[in-house]
This record gives sequence, C-alpha cells and structure tokens, in this order.
Amino acid sequence: MIGGLFIYNHKGEVLISRVYRDDIGRNAVDAFRVNVIHARQQVRSPVTNIARTSFFHVKRSNIWLAAVTKQNVNAAMVFEFLYKMCDVMTAYFGKISEENIKNNFVLIYELLDEILDFGYPQNSETGALKTFITQQGIKSQLQTKEEQSQITSQVTGQIGWRREGIKYRRNELFLDVLESVNLLMSPQGQVLSAHVSGRVVMKSYLSGMPECKFGMNDKIVIEKQGKGTADETGKSELGSGKQSIAIDDCTFHQCVRLSKFDSERSISFIPPDGEFELMRYRTTKDIILPFRVIPLVREVGRTKLEVKVVIKSNFKPSLLAQKIEVRIPTPLNTSGVQVICMKGKAKYKASENAIVWKIKRMAGMKESQISAEIELLPTNDKKKWARPPISMNFEVPFAPSGLKVRYLKVFEPKLNYSDHDVIKWVRYIGRSGIYETRC
Amino acid sequence: MPAVSKGDGMRGLAVFISDIRNCKSKEAEIKRINKELANIRSKFKGDKALDGYSKKKYVCKLLFIFLLGHDIDFGHMEAVNLLSSNRYTEKQIGYLFISVLVNSNSELIRLINNAIKNDLASRNPTFMGLALHCIANVGSREMAEAFAGEIPKILVAGDTMDSVKQSAALCLLRLYRTSPDFVPMGDWTSRVVHLLNDQHLGVVTAATSLITTLAQKNPEEFKTSVSLAVSRLSRIVTSASTDLQDYTYYFVPAPWLSVKLLRLLQCYPPPEDAAVRGRLTECLETILNKAQEPPKSKKVQHSNAKNAVLFEAISLIIHHDSEPNLLVRACNQLGQFLQHRETNLRYLALESMCTLASSEFSHEAVKTHIETVINALKTERDVSVRQRAVDLLYAMCDRSNAQQIVAEMLNYLETADYSIREEIVLKVAILAEKYAVDYTWYVDTILNLIRIAGDYVSEEVWYRVIQIVINRDDVQGYAAKTVFEALQAPACHENLVKVGGYILGEFGNLIAGDPRSSPLIQFNLLHSKFHLCSVPTRALLLSTYIKFVNLFPEIKTTIQDVLRSDSQLKNADVELQQRAVEYLRLSTIASTDILATVLEEMPPFPERESSILAKLKKKKGPGTVTDLEEIKKERNSDVNGGTESTPVNASTVALPDSPLQGSLAELVTGPRPRPSRLNSSRLAIHNLQTGVPCLFKGFFTSESTPSPSADLLGLGAAPLTSSAPPPSSTGSLLVDVFSDSASVVAPLAPGSEDNFARFVCKNNGVLFENQLLQIGLKSEFRQNLGRMFIFYGNKTSTQFLNFTPTLICSDELQSSLNLQTKPVDPTVDGGAQVQQVVNIECISDFMEAPILNIQFRYGGTFQNISVKLPITLNKFFQPTEMASQDFFQRWKQLSNPQQEMQNIFKAKHPMDTEITKAKIIGFGSALLEEVDPNPANFVGAGIIHTKTTQIGCLLRLEPNLQAQMYRLTLRTSKETVSQRLCELLSEQF
Repeated sequence: MIGGLFIYNHKGEVLISRVYRDDIGRNAVDAFRVNVIHARQQVRSPVTNIARTSFFHVKRSNIWLAAVTKQNVNAAMVFEFLYKMCDVMTAYFGKISEENIKNNFVLIYELLDEILDFGYPQNSETGALKTFITQQGIKSQLQTKEEQSQITSQVTGQIGWRREGIKYRRNELFLDVLESVNLLMSPQGQVLSAHVSGRVVMKSYLSGMPECKFGMNDKIVIEKQGKGTADETGKSELGSGKQSIAIDDCTFHQCVRLSKFDSERSISFIPPDGEFELMRYRTTKDIILPFRVIPLVREVGRTKLEVKVVIKSNFKPSLLAQKIEVRIPTPLNTSGVQVICMKGKAKYKASENAIVWKIKRMAGMKESQISAEIELLPTNDKKKWARPPISMNFEVPFAPSGLKVRYLKVFEPKLNYSDHDVIKWVRYIGRSGIYETRC
Repeated sequence: MPAVSKGDGMRGLAVFISDIRNCKSKEAEIKRINKELANIRSKFKGDKALDGYSKKKYVCKLLFIFLLGHDIDFGHMEAVNLLSSNRYTEKQIGYLFISVLVNSNSELIRLINNAIKNDLASRNPTFMGLALHCIANVGSREMAEAFAGEIPKILVAGDTMDSVKQSAALCLLRLYRTSPDFVPMGDWTSRVVHLLNDQHLGVVTAATSLITTLAQKNPEEFKTSVSLAVSRLSRIVTSASTDLQDYTYYFVPAPWLSVKLLRLLQCYPPPEDAAVRGRLTECLETILNKAQEPPKSKKVQHSNAKNAVLFEAISLIIHHDSEPNLLVRACNQLGQFLQHRETNLRYLALESMCTLASSEFSHEAVKTHIETVINALKTERDVSVRQRAVDLLYAMCDRSNAQQIVAEMLNYLETADYSIREEIVLKVAILAEKYAVDYTWYVDTILNLIRIAGDYVSEEVWYRVIQIVINRDDVQGYAAKTVFEALQAPACHENLVKVGGYILGEFGNLIAGDPRSSPLIQFNLLHSKFHLCSVPTRALLLSTYIKFVNLFPEIKTTIQDVLRSDSQLKNADVELQQRAVEYLRLSTIASTDILATVLEEMPPFPERESSILAKLKKKKGPGTVTDLEEIKKERNSDVNGGTESTPVNASTVALPDSPLQGSLAELVTGPRPRPSRLNSSRLAIHNLQTGVPCLFKGFFTSESTPSPSADLLGLGAAPLTSSAPPPSSTGSLLVDVFSDSASVVAPLAPGSEDNFARFVCKNNGVLFENQLLQIGLKSEFRQNLGRMFIFYGNKTSTQFLNFTPTLICSDELQSSLNLQTKPVDPTVDGGAQVQQVVNIECISDFMEAPILNIQFRYGGTFQNISVKLPITLNKFFQPTEMASQDFFQRWKQLSNPQQEMQNIFKAKHPMDTEITKAKIIGFGSALLEEVDPNPANFVGAGIIHTKTTQIGCLLRLEPNLQAQMYRLTLRTSKETVSQRLCELLSEQF
C-alpha cells in the first residue's frame, strides 16, 4: 500500500506532496531528495531503500515521481500505478513538465484523492475520471441529482469504466497495433537476442453498451480451429500455420473477460469510451527484422579509424520505413571525423561521442551505406576502446512480430446497429526498441 | 588562483565552468563535457602549434573536468610543455596539472623530471619554489629517487633565497617521510642543523620540522641541534612581543616555532652541558612565568597560542624528568587549568598530569589535586574528560590515598558511561588489590563492585577475589560473612552468586556457628538463587553443595534430595547432569574419611601476575598503560611483599639482579604450602609441588657442578651411573671438536655398538653416556608400529645451545622404515632433561639401523655425537604359541634352502639356560617348551609384522656345552629376514 506520493522538479524541489498514511513522515520527502536526486553517484535502481522506507520512482523528462511506502508492497503494482498516473496527467493537461504541474496542482491533488484511497489504487481509467473530475468546472448548475447519482452508481458498479447512455451518430473504432522490436546482433550477423513487445490500443466511439470480440492470428486459436475443421481445411492449415504467431505472454485491460480467455482463448469485452490499451504481449519467435546493419570497422594505425556501415531494409518494397537514425559510436579520443553518405544526413555529435546518420524515408529491399574516417588523438592510456554496439531507430508500417488482426466484431443487442454499421480502422506501427548490432 | 583574477583571466574557462554550473541534469553536464573534450582534442590534434595562453586554458579545462570526476587520458604532453614556459601562470598551471594528474608510471615522468631539474637549476626563486612544491605534492618514490640527492644541496647552498630554503626543507621532509631510504645522510646534515641559526624565522620553522623528523631516526647525527635549539628558543622566549614582527601571533612570539623546538628537544635527553642546561631551564621557567602573567589579549587565539607553547614545555619537562622544581611548577600550573572553564584545557591538563603522576618528583604534587580531580569526575559534562580524570586518579593512586580513590571511583561507577565502565571496574579491582593493607577492605570493595556493576565485572576479576581469599587465612571468615550478607539481597548479580557459592563452599564452616547463618540457612540461601542462574553458575553451585556435604554432615540428606531431584539428575545439560550423578554417588558411597580427603579445602593458588592487569593491558593496547604500569611497579614492588617480610624475602630483595629472583619471589611471597595437604588427592590439583624442590635446589647450588637431581624426572628403567666430574677439559672427548659446521655427522661414538647389541633383546635403558650427555631410551612396539621416547639429559650445570638431534636413515632404510619425530627445544638447561618422541612404522623388512646424530654447543665448543638407534627387525616380532606337531609341520614347509639360515658360533657369554631363555623371549619370539625332542634345545616361533607383509619365523638354538658352541637355525618365509635375524641373534650368546 502506497504511503505517499511526491513529485519533484529536476532540482529536487517538491512540487506535489501527498501523504496517505501516518507511517510516512515529512522527512521522507527530504530523504529521497538527498539520497536519490542529489546523489553523487547516479542512482540507477528505480527502487531505493532508505531507513526501512522504500521509494519507487519514475522520471518523465525532468520531473521525478516517487511513491513511498514502509510496507512490503507489490513493486510491479506500484510502478503500474505510477505509469497510469502519468497517463492520466497527460490525458488531462498534456506534457508532464514543471510548468504544467505547477499550473494544475489543484487538479493533481484532486486526481490523487480519487485514484488512491488510503494508499490503495482505485479506478484510474481516464474516461471514467473525466466524467467527474473536470478542468473547466461544472458549467450548468442544472446538472441534476440524477446525473450525479448516476456517476456514483457507475463508478461503484460492475462496469466501472463505461457509463451508460453514450450515443454517437457514427459508430467508429480505431485499432492500433504498436510494436517495438529489440535486437542484439553479432558483427557476423548472428542474432544474439531478439524480441518484440507490442500493444493493442483501441479508440472506440460506440453507442450504448457494445459487446466486442477481438480476434488475431494467435497460434493456439488457429490450431484449435484447424483441428475442429481438420477434414475440410487440411490445406489452409498449412497456409495459416505460417501466418499464426506464438505469443509468449500477454496482459489485458480490465474490461476483458479473463474467464472467457482462459476457457476459450477468445477476447471479448465491453470497451471503455475513448482511447485505452486493450492488451500487451510479447513474442520471441519468427520475428521479422526490418533492418540489417553490416558494420565494418578498421583501425589504421594508432591515430586513425575507418568505419563503413551498410544498412539493408528487409520488407516489402511497397512499404516505407520512416525516421531512420543510425548511431555509430566513436572512440573517446576522437579528434576529428569526416563522413560520406549516399543518402540522408550524417553528423558527428561530439557531446554524445557518436556519428548520427539520419534518413527520412527508405523503401523495402533497399540498401544504403555510410563511410567515415575518424582521426584519433594518441593517448597514454593503454585501455582499448570497448567498441560499443551500433544502435538504430526507425518506424515501419507493419508489425514485426507478424501479428494480424483477424476481426473485431461488435454486438449491441439493445440498440439497432450491427457489426456492419461500425466503421473500423486498423493500423500497424513497428518501432525500434533497443536495436543494436555489435561491431 | 591569482592568475585568473588578473588581467589575463581565461574567459573560455570561465564560460565553460558557468555552463557546467547551469546544467540542469547530470546528463546535460556529461554532454557538455563530451563536447568540450572533443573540442580540446581537435585543438590539440591541430597541426598548427597552440600558443601558451590557449594551451594553459585547455589544460585548465581538462583539470577542471578531471576534478569533476571524469577520466582524462590526454593532454599530459601539453601540460609538460607548459612546464618549460617562461611565464609564471603557464608554468603554474602546468605544475598544477602534473601534481594532480600524472601518475608515477607514466612515460612522461622522464620529461617531467627533466623540466623540474631545469627549474631547480635556474636561479629564479619562484620557479624553484614551483618545482619544489610539485615534488612535495607528488611525493612518490620515483620523485624521491630522482631528487632526494639534489634538494639537500639547495637547502644548504649559501646563495639560496630564504623562501626557497623554506620550501626545500619542507619538500625534503615530505620525501623523507614517504621514502626515507632514498634520502642520503651526508655532510649536509651538519649544515642543516645550522639553519636553526638562520635569520629568517620561516626557514627556522621549516628546518625544525625537518630536523625533528630526521633526529628521531638518527639521533646521533643531529645531536648538535640541541644547543642551537636551546639558544634559539631562549631568544624567542625572551624577546618582546614586538621583536619578531611577522612571526608574532596575537602577542605570542613565534608560537609554532617554539612548539617545534620544544618537540625537537624531546627527542633527546636533558643536555649534559651545564650552560645549555641552565639556559634551557631558564627558558622553561620563563614560559611557566609567562603563563602566570595576565593575558595580553582577550582573543582566544592569544590564549591558544600561549597554552600550546606551555603544554609543549610541560611535556618537555616531563620528558626530561630531572628538575623537581620545574616538575612541581608544571604540576601547579596544570592544577590551575583543572578548573579552567575551557573544556579542552581541562582535558589537556588531566592528560599531562597523568604522565606527571608517574614521575617521582611530582607524584606528591599531583596528589594535592586529588579533590579537584574527583570533583571533575563528578561534575564534568564531557565524557572524554571524565575518562581522563579516571586515568589520572588511577595514575596518582598510592597506598596513602587508595581507599579514598577507590571509594570515589566506586561512587562514580554508578553513574559512569557504559563505554568506560568495564575499564573502571578493572582499574578499581587492580587498585584495590594492589594497595590493600586490610584485606577485609579488599573483599568489601570487590563485592561492592560486583553489586554496582556486575555486568561489567569480567571473569578475571572474580577469579582474582577467590584466589586472594583462598590464599589468605585472615580474611576467609570475614569474606564468608560478607558474602553471606550480600547474598541476602533479594536481587543479586550472577557474579556475586558465583563468588558466594565458591567462598561459602570453601569457608562456610567458619560462619556456621552463628545461628543466623547455620548450614541449612546457607544452603537454602544459595539454592534460592540456583534457578535464576546460567548453566556454568549452576555447575559451580553443585560443587558447592557437595562441599557442604563434607563441611556440614547434618544437611547431607537435604543436599542429597536436591541432587536426586529430576531437575538435576535428568537435566538437559550434560555437565549438570554428570555433576549431579557423580556427586550424589560420591555422597552416598564414600565414607566420611574419603569425603573429607576428596572434598578438602582448596590449596592456595600459586602467585602469578594479576590476570586483571594483563586484561587491562590488552584492552588499552601496548604502550599506554604498560609503561606507566612498569614505572609504578618498580616503585611499588615491595608494597605487598612488605606485608609479610620473611627472612628469605629480604634476601630476594637484596639480590635484585638474580635471574631467579622472579620465580623465587613468587614462591616465597605466595602462601606457605601446608605440608599436611600436599599428597592428598583433590578435585583440583596443582602441579606446582613437583617443581618446587628442583627450583630451590637449582638456586641454592647454583655454583656447584651438575646436580644429581638432573635425573629426577625420568629414566626410571635406566641403570643410573651418575659419575659427575666437573666438565673441566672440554675437548677431551669422543667428539670431533674441530668440526664446527652443523652438517657434518660425527663418526659413531665408540661403545655405542655394544649398547646397540644390548638393545636387541630389550626396549629400555641407557643408550649412550659421556661426561656431558646421557641418552636414555624407552620404547614399545606393537605389530608393525612402534614408539620410542628418547631422553636427553644434560649432565652439566650449563646450558646446551643449538641442541639439535637428527635421525639419519640411508636411502634404502628410508623406504622400509618410516620415522617421524618433532624437533626439540634448542636449549637444554643445566641438569635438565628433554624428551623426544619417535614414531616408527615398519614398511618392509630391513637390515641396517637408523643413526641418531646430536649436535649442540656446550660452553664455547661444538659437540657432535652419533649413535646407532636400536630399531631392529626383531622389534616387530609377535610371538606365536604352537604345539610340537604344528611346529614341525611348518618347519618342514619351510624347507627351501634359501629360507633356512644356519650359523654355528662360539659362545661369548657363559651358557646359562635361564639367561638364554630370557634373551629369546626378549628377542620377541615365543619360547616353545617341550617341542624339541632334545630338552636342551631352545625352540621359538613368531611372526614379523611389516606394513606390507607378515613373515612367519621359526628358530631353533642348539647349545653344545662341551664345545661351548651354539648352532642357530632360522627358517622364515623370506631369505633376507632369515639372514638378518640370524645375524642379530647370533650376537647375543
């Protein structure tokens, strides 16, 4: 159970301080500042124990959020809460910055009162919160008692994340599959580790209390279906076997009926209104690696280094990758760099000890290369350069895990619109996580 | 940094530093630094040469980055270049960088050293100063190696500027501290001493520091500094406060220099030259006088400086310890400080007084302050000061004030800090013991101690009480009574129960006459505490109970009931259970006589160094208490001895240098042994008695020749042939006198062959004997293993030095015989005997015997003796009994010609049947009767055990009385064994 929550600016000044339990004293605020924010050695661990008190912190740009407790809490729960808290704040006032926090401190205290009660996390669904915590103040004095009581019953009811009586003229829903692909590759091109962590984010504008059913090419589901109709679709099974993906683990939004998922592995839910994250998952098998980096580093004497890096795009030529950035680390004693590249722009960034090569767009099945001459200053240090890996950033319009949305069916038995009337949009975005190649 | 504040301040540096200060996060700072580093790298890389200013600026930036905690791995070359610049600021930055960043194993060290050398050789004082500072700041061994020879030259050169001399002296001091082996002593030392006469006081101050350090290591070389220091000191002390200009600090003339000079003087004993001595005394008096003058300023700096000089002067006075007048004055001065309101002063005064107390001249003077010190103990707020007060009380304690001091310390103990309680307890215990005139007071004090601070009373303290009570008849009754009364308190400490249990168990009978402390009451009182105590205490109480059984037969049944109860007999603790069972049986079975003997009162303990004192020493660490303690001991050595001065005691005191004084004094001042008890068996036996006669004899006959008591302790089986002419002609013997080297093994001593033969059939006896040394043997064998005790007896009255016996086996022998032994003590006292154990393992059969070589130094000559050690194959014989039929059956089985060995020889000794029988049995085989059809023949059988095999042996000895001949036939399963045994046995008849 969280005992208190503090928000600091980069200097360690307290912006928000909310204490939920008596066991957290005022000095806890200072303890965190002194031992973590002002620490001489950078504190890397997100959990710090000071005088039998645990501090869990996350950092958003220059702002520190710290949850404090004296009890043995579930650390994952606390971090989940902190992330949720960030989401909620972003939803209310945009970017989390010192200025925004100072401008909205009343709102933040109001939110903190609502989403934590005696340190226990409560409903932190933005959509639900927005119904009763508003920024503008309540416009009409005429908001009836009925409406107020409705809020209460909704928040405390079985489906706390959606109120009744929502009406849209156009029933519409957006589905985003967002993935980040992580890779570590040896200089010879051998994959040392690779995994994809993905999220399915949904934005729904649907009337009433619709019942949705989400289907994707999950291997288990496909195989089960294949077995059920083995005699008739013996052929397509082969085809679908390639298409399906093995999901290592996944988590769902609270609206998903877990019992149904456990028994039938079908994902059915009543969605909240507006944007929410339907599920998260992770895969490690059969990952499509969008780019291949081929490094070539040659040391010419003690004072010169020649670097050549080739990148190859490995997806359908019709697709375009965006925001490509290759970061080639340079030795610490670099004294000058000359870069030649065919495509995009490359620059030596001394402050980051790296050559940064940016390409705006690149189609599939292409390749491009950069070569650089690095001049070195002779040092009296015998230490060899550690050769950190070359890292890469990009964005591609497909899911590197191979996940496909097969269907999303909507049923609203009370209102008279059917699945066909709903306008559905699906989008895939694959981003790079930690995408590195050793050189 | 003056360079920056001046006109040529480096703007780029200032901007960079302010940029970094403005960074909002660590990451931003790192980014900024990376950028700057890249910039500097490209600048340093650039082909065009940088001018001095930018080099300085970038080196400065690098230095700043380094000080922020980042690694710098370049720029050293540029810094070294700066060293050769002619501008002060550039040189300064270069040196700064070098002294902060350059590590000793850098390749650049040669360049740097070169630059430093150039600067030292230049005539420019600022450059020389920079170079010297750099050497001192780095102060590595390499630096010392390179410059330790050079700096003394600069120091004593006539034309060196004062400021450079100052730096040179301090630099040399630093190098001497890090690597004294590189600083050569030479003729410069005498000239350094003359720096004490220098005009410039700064030089004198620096030189004094240097000389003090050097003089501690080489006092002889700097002896001349004493008179110079004294004259310099007297000039300072007598100068008016305005004379010394810059060196007057808040009206005190050159306080630092004074302190240093006084420190220097503390390296030496008081000056022998009367004039110098007089002058020094005068100085010290002036310093003491000045302390009496009203302060010239109210500033704390003034009094601090003045007091610093004063305290240093007092420690010099204490160090010299020769002028009673000065000592007493110092003591009085300190006495004033005892009541000063400045805590630090009080602390220092107490500390100095502690050392003063140990001086015989000022001891009395210190004692006059006892009230103040006691008061300090009570009222002082600072615990460290109180601790000093306790130390001082301990130091000033003597017979006259012991009672008062001990009482005060006991009082204080109740409120004392937990951290120092244990120490105080030890001190009280020691003082009480040391100065006890009246032992009832001692007992009272210690019991009080246990009552007040029982938790802090260590084992040693209560052991000591019991030792003392047992050793002194006069307090036993009182102790029993007091302990009994103390035990009546409802809650008493476990240590008190222990003391009470022990004392009542021994001397409870002394108070049993009083109806208030009748036996039953005593027992009930002790038993009421039993259940609250820990296991060791309970064990002790059980012993007390059984002693009660002896003391008070009337409560025997009560005690037996207690012992018999389940909680004792079936106690979970093994120790308690065992005691209960044994005591119960003892009390039921044994007659009163036996009980009385077994449960006799404990004999007195041998007097030895107080265990508590040892503990205090250990606690304090060596040096602090020990010195003081030893000084005090010298003075008070006769305090306790004096209480019971016997004639012998007087003689001991009269013989202060006798080496035996210590041990004899212990014996004599200790309690008189009661002969009636000496040979009764007890629960606790002291092994002192056996040693007593020896020691006395050794002492009283010390001028006589080898004492006959040398053999007192061993060689019972050996036939003693104690002929002891004084070893007058040292070189007359069997010993190769001229072979001084220890590696040479002497030829076998004559006669040892004879002795060797004798040992074939027996195991114990004297193996070798000459005028100096007797070697006795005792051995036992079982199967293939054996053990031999070798006793080396020194027959002379002088010590053998480097006494080294070694066992020598030929290679062949080594493989078949395994000998293991421990080295013996290299010195053997006159008349003493040392023992060596040899463990023997027979691996296979063998022919030769190992050789014992003994080397030692007797008087001035080197002795070397070799004897054959009688370890023979037949020692591993196990006799086998068998019937006639069996014997002959086996005899026939071993009919192979190699297995038989026959020898016909003439008898060397008279042919006596009984002797022959004994010899055959001694040889190891069984003597089989009625086996051979001819009754005159002897038949034996046995098995030789070796680690690898067992060899059966049969022997037959046929005497022919007419021809005086024997025929010996041996049949064994192994040829070599038959051969060897036959050889050995043939020798015997």
